[in-house]
Amino acid sequence: MAKVTINNERCKGCGLCVSACMKGVLELSTEETNKSGYFPVYQARPDACIGCAACAVMCPDCVIEVER
Amino acid sequence: MAKIFTKTKMLTDNVLHYCPGCTHGIAHRLVAEVLEEIGAEGNCIGVAPVGCAVFAYNYFNCDIQEAAHGRAPAVATGIKRVHPDKIVFAYQGDGDLASIGMAETVHAAARGEKFTTIFINNSIYGMTGGQMAPTTLVGQKATTCVYGRDPKFNGNPIRVSEMLATLDGPSYIARVALYDVKHVTEAKKAIRKAFQHQIEGKGFSMVEILSSCPTNWGLSPLAALDWVKNESTKTFPLGVFKEI
Repeated sequence: MAKVTINNERCKGCGLCVSACMKGVLELSTEETNKSGYFPVYQARPDACIGCAACAVMCPDCVIEVER
Repeated sequence: MAKIFTKTKMLTDNVLHYCPGCTHGIAHRLVAEVLEEIGAEGNCIGVAPVGCAVFAYNYFNCDIQEAAHGRAPAVATGIKRVHPDKIVFAYQGDGDLASIGMAETVHAAARGEKFTTIFINNSIYGMTGGQMAPTTLVGQKATTCVYGRDPKFNGNPIRVSEMLATLDGPSYIARVALYDVKHVTEAKKAIRKAFQHQIEGKGFSMVEILSSCPTNWGLSPLAALDWVKNESTKTFPLGVFKEI
């Protein structure tokens, strides 16, 4: 079981993490924006996460923290 | 549960000002992670360029000196000669390093100054609005070559890594890219090696990082990474060009 913590306010919604995730865990929000006006990423399928941290490696803004 | 990925303490908590999907953020993080891993905390001095990375001093948790446009290698030379025990790095873009600062770069490399340069090559002037840079690819559109770069009129792109590798001063010159997880990991290894060369006092070390500029290329962040993978690497092949 892996735990991913997403810092919404740092996220710019670029989607690099979404494409880096091999398990399709992440999606960009389509309804609520953060304070900067970006649609942040969220874990749509958290149970599929294997904690490989590929999302965090590709994130340019240090949004994601991974625990395993 | 153990934390397997968290923000390095060599980066401050400030939110990066870069555009969404800009790989400057990844490059910042890799440099900061390497600085932490080699134990450079409190013992390193960076030199910031003019360009998109001009605010690097807001993000790195170490002393940073802002240099005049293109003069980061000259400033880094001075800092390293006065403080030979400190780890010194210059963080520069392609407009800064390969255009206005080409003379400083070439001569610092030729003298074998023992600092590390991180060279972000995104083939365009980012901060000033997408003008053609010395590294703009043939056929690539920019605001000062709106029909695409024509080698007969605009000249050809400069391969800085290959050029510096012909000199005797540099000890480590490599070109890496950041378009997927594998290449980000390899980029970090190259940066680590460059700093290792500096610590061992072997000579000038530089890592050229092929980066993306979604805003000025007019592409989405993902399409920009694909462009780096498919187009930039044709003109700027990845690899280690010098290692002694």
